[in-house]
Amino acid sequence: MILNIVIILGFQLAGETLVRGLGLSLPGPVLGLAGLFVTFLLFPAVARMVSSTAQGLLAHLSMLFVPAGVGVVQHLSIMESEGLGLLLAVLASTTLALIVGAFTFVGVARLTEGPKEAKQ
Amino acid sequence: MTALPDIWTYLAKGPLLWLTMTLLAYVIGDAIFRRFNRAPYANPVMIATILVSALLLITGTPYHTYFEGAQFVHFMLGPATVSLAVPLYANRVHIRRALIPMLAALVAGSLTAVLVAIAVGMMMGLDHTTLVSLAPKSTTAPVAIGISEKVGGLPTLTAVLVLITGILGAIVVTPTFNALGLTDWRARGFATGVAAHGVGTARALQINETAGAFAGIGMGLNALLTAVIVPYIVTWLL
Repeated sequence: MILNIVIILGFQLAGETLVRGLGLSLPGPVLGLAGLFVTFLLFPAVARMVSSTAQGLLAHLSMLFVPAGVGVVQHLSIMESEGLGLLLAVLASTTLALIVGAFTFVGVARLTEGPKEAKQ
Repeated sequence: MTALPDIWTYLAKGPLLWLTMTLLAYVIGDAIFRRFNRAPYANPVMIATILVSALLLITGTPYHTYFEGAQFVHFMLGPATVSLAVPLYANRVHIRRALIPMLAALVAGSLTAVLVAIAVGMMMGLDHTTLVSLAPKSTTAPVAIGISEKVGGLPTLTAVLVLITGILGAIVVTPTFNALGLTDWRARGFATGVAAHGVGTARALQINETAGAFAGIGMGLNALLTAVIVPYIVTWLL
């Protein structure tokens, strides 16, 4: 259990260190995610070991957004003046992204898998 | 005996009160969510956020005081992001089998989400900082917050926009795909994970298991792609 936490935090630490050191523009934990994924592929035993701890953490993932979400109290004036624009931007982009993403998947699947498999 | 206002003054300064309130608000939000049969509009994070925000406004507590308690919860976002490697690894067979359609849909969906949001935002005359905070909103919150910090946005505004994206996505996804006659659960799920991250993934899992698995992959892959493309898009366009 403690070792699993050390592994997860260790990959985050390595990610943060690399991002700072190399001046990369992606968040450190994302690099940690990629590193841990590659480690799983190379050493499947690590995946079996870490997975229960990681799943415990992910089971309550949505709760972790609350403190940042409450930050809205700092931006009430933005919400008042730009709330409508933000809402429209989010609604339009999300709906279009859903449609474009799904049809791209279906179209490319038809090309690469043949029409039969794409229908499953 | 100490008067109640004095006790409040003491507690409101330390981390214990606001840590407890954050967890309690989520427990209440989750109970309401279950009571409403997990309807997407009764999102537990949204309810908890509204409850805590209202409490801060009523008691006149500044956000930084609140955050001293809530930072313990907030800190867990980093390790949780790293932990996304586990579901990604568990789905590696799915990933390998549908790799090309997924990569194509990932790039198309992710770019659409970022570019359309910026375009509509510009047309609506949004402020520069607001646009930068808006750009990463389709990816999972810990990653979006990290990107927003990196590119000069307001991380807390990004967090709220991520939440709104997930909730709106979860509400529109099923009616939209049904209206378009889209029957491939892999495509429906994957696009949902790309466009509406974890909240969309949770919604996809409720509707169809395959859609849920592919949504999880879409969310994980878009965490990586958004982190790479948004800094460039922000530099070029904004």
